[in-house]
Amino acid sequence: MFLNRGESLIYPKIIDPIIMQYAIETTSITKNFDEITAVNRISITVKPGELFGLLGPNGAGKTTLINMLSTMIEPSGGSALVWGHDVVNGSDDVRQNIGVVFQDTTLDDRLTGRENLDLHGRLYGLDGKMRKERIKEVLSLVELTERADAIVKTYSGGMMRRLEIARGLMHHPKVLFLDEPTLGLDPQTRIHIWDYIKLLNKEEGVTILLTTHYMEEADQLCDRIAIIDHGEIVALDTPQALKNMLGGDVITLGFEKSDNIEKLCSSYQKEGCANTVSNNQNEILITVQNGEREIPHILALASGAGISITTVSLRKPTLDDVFIHFTGRAIRDKEVTISEKVSYTKIARRK
Amino acid sequence: MAKTSYNRAIQTVYTMWLREMIRFSRSRSRIIGALATPLFFLIILGAGFSSSFQVKGGGSFDKSFLAPGLIGMSVLFASLMGGVSIIWDREFGFLKEILIAPVSRFFVSLGKAMGGVTTAMIQGILIMIIAWIIGVRYQSIWGIFLAIVMMFISGIGFIGLGISIASKIESHEGFQMVMSFLTMPLVLLSGAFFPISNLPSWLKTLVYLNPLTYGVEALRWCLLGNSTIPISICITVLLAFSIAMTALGGKLFGKMRV
Repeated sequence: MFLNRGESLIYPKIIDPIIMQYAIETTSITKNFDEITAVNRISITVKPGELFGLLGPNGAGKTTLINMLSTMIEPSGGSALVWGHDVVNGSDDVRQNIGVVFQDTTLDDRLTGRENLDLHGRLYGLDGKMRKERIKEVLSLVELTERADAIVKTYSGGMMRRLEIARGLMHHPKVLFLDEPTLGLDPQTRIHIWDYIKLLNKEEGVTILLTTHYMEEADQLCDRIAIIDHGEIVALDTPQALKNMLGGDVITLGFEKSDNIEKLCSSYQKEGCANTVSNNQNEILITVQNGEREIPHILALASGAGISITTVSLRKPTLDDVFIHFTGRAIRDKEVTISEKVSYTKIARRK
Repeated sequence: MAKTSYNRAIQTVYTMWLREMIRFSRSRSRIIGALATPLFFLIILGAGFSSSFQVKGGGSFDKSFLAPGLIGMSVLFASLMGGVSIIWDREFGFLKEILIAPVSRFFVSLGKAMGGVTTAMIQGILIMIIAWIIGVRYQSIWGIFLAIVMMFISGIGFIGLGISIASKIESHEGFQMVMSFLTMPLVLLSGAFFPISNLPSWLKTLVYLNPLTYGVEALRWCLLGNSTIPISICITVLLAFSIAMTALGGKLFGKMRV
C-alpha cells in the first residue's frame, strides 16, 4: 500500500515489481583503486523484498560495493542493475528508487530532525502534503516524533542513526542500502535498530542490502548472507545453511605449542571424527555431528600423538566459525594484510 | 515531462536556498562577527583618514568614501564563505546526502549560490544602513536599489569562485591558507581603502585585474554618484565574471567526488 501511494504520484511506474525478478543484479562487478582491487568480479542477485547481508572484515570491499550500487562511484568493470536500472547509464533512475544510509552521519546537524526530513523530501520531488504525511509516518516508525523539532546536534548517536534510516525511507525507496547500520552503537541501541530494520523490511516491503562485520547482526537480520573477503564472495546462502555447511557442532582445542598441529588435523580427518578441520594459530576448530560423543576420541588421538591439549570447548556453530572455515582466520583478527591496509587508507582518504 | 524537470530544477534550487537561510537564521553570532570588522574600519579609519588626508583634486576622503568599499568587502567575505562552506558540508557528511539525490548537480550548486548571495546581500545592506545611521549620505533611492543589484552580481561571482576552490581543495586545512592568500590581496587591491585614479603603474595593473575593484567602483557610482571606472565597464566586467564563475563552479562541483 505504501509502495503504490508514493510512487504513482511522483513518477509514472515504469517497472512492475511483480514481474521484476531481481531488485539488485550484479554481473562481474569490479572496482580498482590504482593497483588495488577493492571489489573483484562479484556477481550477486537480490530478490525484491529480501533482506540481504554482506558480511566481511573492514577493507573487504563491502562499502565499495555499496558505493557502486548507489551510484556514488562508477565500477571499473562489469555491470549492475538496481531495480532494473543500470547504475552507470540510468543513475538518476537508480537514485530515485534507492535510499542510502552511509557509515558516517550525513545529517545537517544545525537543522532539526524534521527539517532534515523535509529537505530530503523536497530533493526527491515530494509535494508539501505528501512530505508532511510521510514525515509523520517515518518519525513514528523510528520513534523520534517527540524529538523531531530539536536540533540534530543534541541527538545521541543512536537517535542520529534512526533519523538517517527514517530519512532514507522518506521517498518510498524500493531498495535501501545500509552501510554498517549499527557501527559504534551500544548493544541496547543496536538491538533497537535491528527491530526497526526488520519492521521496515516487513511493513514497507522494502528490499534491504546491508553490510556489517558483526556476525550476530548478519545472523539475526538477514534472509541471505554473502561472506566477502578481499573483494570476493567466498560463500553465499541463508545463515542456517551456512552454519549447516560446517556439519554439526564446533569443538575448539587449545594447544600450548603449535608444533605438529598440522599432523593432528589430518589424523582427525582420517579417523572420521571431524567433518571439517581448520587451525588458527594455537587452536584447532573441528566440526562434527554429536560433538559430545566425539570428545573422548579426539582427546585420545591427541595424547596418542604426544600433543598436550590445554583447553577444550564445545558449542553450536556460529557465523564466526563459517568465516574462519572459508578464510582461515577470524573476522576480528587484528592482523590486516598490507593490501587491505592500503585499500583501507585509500578509501578513507577518498571520504 | 519538460515541465516536470523544470519544476524539479526550481525545487532543487529552492531547497538548497532554504537550507542556507535556516542555517543563517540560526547563527546570530556569525552575523554580528561578520558585521564587526567592516564597522571598525568604517568608524576608525573613516575618522583617521578624514583628519589627515585629502583626495587629489579636492574630494573628501572620509567614511563616505570608505562605505562602498566596506560593503564590497563584506559581500566578498560572505560570498566566498558561502561557496567554500561546501568543504564543511563534505567534512560533516551532508554533501553525500546532496550528491546521492536524483537532482542535477548544477542546480544544487546554483541553489547554494543563491543562498550564499542572499546572506551576502543581507550583510551588505546592513552595513549600508549602519553607515547611513553614522552619517554617510547616499545620492538617491534608485542608487540604493541599483547598489543591491550590484551586490547580487558580484556576490554570485565570488560564490562561484568559492565553490570552484572548495571543489578542488582536498581538506579543510588547505582552506585557511587559500582564504588568507585570497581575501586580503583582493580587498587591499580593490580600491576599497584608497582612490585608484593616481596609482603607480604596477599597482594599477593589479588593481584593474581584480574583479572586486569593479564591484567597489560600481557601488561607489550607485551610492555616491562618482567613480573612476565608468559604470558601463564595471557592469560588463561584473556580469562576465559572475557568469564565468557560475559556469566554472557548476562544472567543478559536478565532477566533485566525496
